[in-house]
Amino acid sequence: MNLGNDRESMSTASSSVVVSDQFPAGLRVLVVDDDPTCLRILEKMLRTCLYEVTKCNRAEAALNLLRGNKNGYDIVISDVHMPDIDGFKLLEQVGLEMDLPVIMMSADDSKHVVMKGVTHGACDYLIKPVRIEALRNIWQHVVRKRKNEWKELEQSGSVEEGDRQPKPSEEADYSSSANEGNWRNSKRRKDEEEDVEERDDTSTLKKPRVVWSVELHQQFVSAVNQLGIDKAVPKKILELMNVPGLTRENVASHLQKYRLYLRRLSGVSQHQSTAFISPQEPPYGPLSSLNGLDIQALAATGQIPAQSLATLQAAGLGRSTAKPGLPMPLVDQRNLFSFDNQKIRFGEAQPQHMNSGKQMNLLHGIPTTMEPKQLVNLHHSAQSLGGLNMPVSAHGGQSSQSSSLLIQMTQPQARGQILNENTVGQVPRLPTSMGQPILSNGVASGILVRNRIGENGRGTGYNSVSQTSSMLNFPLNPPAELPGNSFPLGSTPGISSGTSTLTNKGVFQQEVNSDIKGSGAFMPSYDIFNDLQQHKPQNWELQNVGLTFDASQHSNTLQGNVDVAPSVLVNQGYSSSQRSGQNSNASELGKAMFSVGEGSEHGNPQNVGQHLNNFLVDNSMRVKAERVSDTSCPPTVFPQHFGQEDLMSALLKQQPDGIGPAENEFEFDGSSRLTSSAISG
Amino acid sequence: MERNQQLRRQLAAMRQSLFDQGYLDEQFIQLEELQDDANPNFVEEVVTLYYRDSARLLSSIEQALEKSNTLDFNKLDTYMHQFKGSSSSIGAKKLKAECTQIREYCKAGNGDGCVKTFQQLKRDYATLKKKLESYFQVARQAGPKEIASRSK
Repeated sequence: MNLGNDRESMSTASSSVVVSDQFPAGLRVLVVDDDPTCLRILEKMLRTCLYEVTKCNRAEAALNLLRGNKNGYDIVISDVHMPDIDGFKLLEQVGLEMDLPVIMMSADDSKHVVMKGVTHGACDYLIKPVRIEALRNIWQHVVRKRKNEWKELEQSGSVEEGDRQPKPSEEADYSSSANEGNWRNSKRRKDEEEDVEERDDTSTLKKPRVVWSVELHQQFVSAVNQLGIDKAVPKKILELMNVPGLTRENVASHLQKYRLYLRRLSGVSQHQSTAFISPQEPPYGPLSSLNGLDIQALAATGQIPAQSLATLQAAGLGRSTAKPGLPMPLVDQRNLFSFDNQKIRFGEAQPQHMNSGKQMNLLHGIPTTMEPKQLVNLHHSAQSLGGLNMPVSAHGGQSSQSSSLLIQMTQPQARGQILNENTVGQVPRLPTSMGQPILSNGVASGILVRNRIGENGRGTGYNSVSQTSSMLNFPLNPPAELPGNSFPLGSTPGISSGTSTLTNKGVFQQEVNSDIKGSGAFMPSYDIFNDLQQHKPQNWELQNVGLTFDASQHSNTLQGNVDVAPSVLVNQGYSSSQRSGQNSNASELGKAMFSVGEGSEHGNPQNVGQHLNNFLVDNSMRVKAERVSDTSCPPTVFPQHFGQEDLMSALLKQQPDGIGPAENEFEFDGSSRLTSSAISG
Repeated sequence: MERNQQLRRQLAAMRQSLFDQGYLDEQFIQLEELQDDANPNFVEEVVTLYYRDSARLLSSIEQALEKSNTLDFNKLDTYMHQFKGSSSSIGAKKLKAECTQIREYCKAGNGDGCVKTFQQLKRDYATLKKKLESYFQVARQAGPKEIASRSK
């Protein structure tokens, strides 16, 4: 049953990724487990899935197999607890050397282990006993990975950070040298003393090659940690490691890989913000851009107290252990094309909620897709721009069960680092019909951000939301700011109906202070994915947070609340001219949108509150919901009759009244002003 | 023919009692579903593998528990984790639950609890083995289609 759907969605997604029609049959899987019983069962299950299976009962041997044939495998499944090498080390090593997707599995379903797997870069975590249903879907990780790589290649050098070389050359460099090294390695692997020997050898070779054994790598990592990743330079690392035969060049190249690896660990956040340049981007691609929220950035700039960050994360995870700053790779980005599998995942273990399948579930198959419509060119002056897109989509009252309120925040960030230029181009996609949920929601957003240090940070966000029937999307684009600078964020909540129209609708300025908070009130079903990227302490990359709220349970309360502090005054720097470049593309609006009138659903967009701490999601939500319901918007109102501006104004105007607690203030005037200026500009 | 049907009924009853008595869970059914032409006796193969492999582990656990005054809970916990992993993979529900229990005792530092539960585990381990052995024996007599046709 799944298979058919899988194929189908695959073909949708296949433009650049899929290898053959038979896919995923023939997927080359390396499975590693020291337990012979488990290994045998896994092997059989994988074969039943028509994968090509290589099994291995020792991690070290697995590593050798991988090194010996770098391109011989598509995905690795590894047990966590193994006697020779800890599964996490294998995971790390594979991530470092091969960049293959790795699925961890264990009978241990405790939070911290699962978390550890994810933070170490596992693309999935399966609880034993593994069921075949879970294995049927693992190909998605391969596709996702390739997709990301493809995007990476597509990226221009301009997005790269200062400390990073252009990717292609780096990769090429890396793989070639690693291949040679590995080849040698595999030839002589039998030797227990291999590591030592290897090192000895290197000193005698003209062009030394080093096999970074697990031990050696550990030494390296501890040296780097000791120095701090920022300050770790090859020379110092070398001194600390004190390994005979190791050269500065060896370390330098390894350091580079390691940084790459760290970057990858944090997900594809960067790619997200940059990779959507090409128009032929498959429909599901853009979704990823939706899910980014730079919580970390906000936290770093003091916008969100660490505790609330923790709260947010914890809430999202449904667990209390999430700590701020924990990198939690966003696994689900390209998940759209696999969402026929959701059910399985969904029904399954909680522990898996980190994985993509689940999120898709939460989305109920109504992913909001943000698509770039145009490149918005923000003037050079924009320093650190983060675009925070927070579409909130609520199902209309049609089906109360499936109704969900989605708040997705995207922060196509640019954290002012060193002369960074980030270009985020997003290309618009036409929304398709309801029949294909994935495609149907198109939100076009384009943000071109350039960051220069020393200039005034400006944030601009632009969003357009398209909705299928019964979906309400409220995108907010609060850009992230540079620490120390408080600059206004522009957020554009856009709701547009009709086919692509370019308008900036409700735009309100938000101060950098904007807080985004999710509280338990959101509850019913939601998920938060954070993608934290931490290369450097100050350089927080994107985080992706997808909040999904199931509106159905609290039809009258506010499901999702996004607390964004609006800056009352339009920032001067934030000129309309900057805005003018923005266009929002709206796809067709579903009818039930603001079907508040119908009563079952209150899609309640966002809350803008200055004080995070004051912000009570429950209360404000409720208030707003009521407000919204007062707004007598016929379900189908949105269509062209209502410009977004109108819509927004209607909405926004309601809110100030509705919010009893003073903490939430919608500066409606300001926003409308901005809006009009933007439009006129 | 007559006899074969009788065997099948017997087999079904044996199988059902393993579930009813809580020895097996749905993972066992997963294994049954994996049986195909390539591996007509897959379940038996796996169970045999399990008992062969876990015997060693079990004796390691036993040894660890003998030093009850200097019980290394961490080590025991690691063993139990391993044991739980393989037990759960064949659907040995009771054993799995006992492993979980022992692991909790390990965390609590409850040596007596560990020993006690382990004794129970050993009994269940042996019982299940016996039951499964005779089950497979009947299955072989009844013919290859047996198990596959019976998935719940």
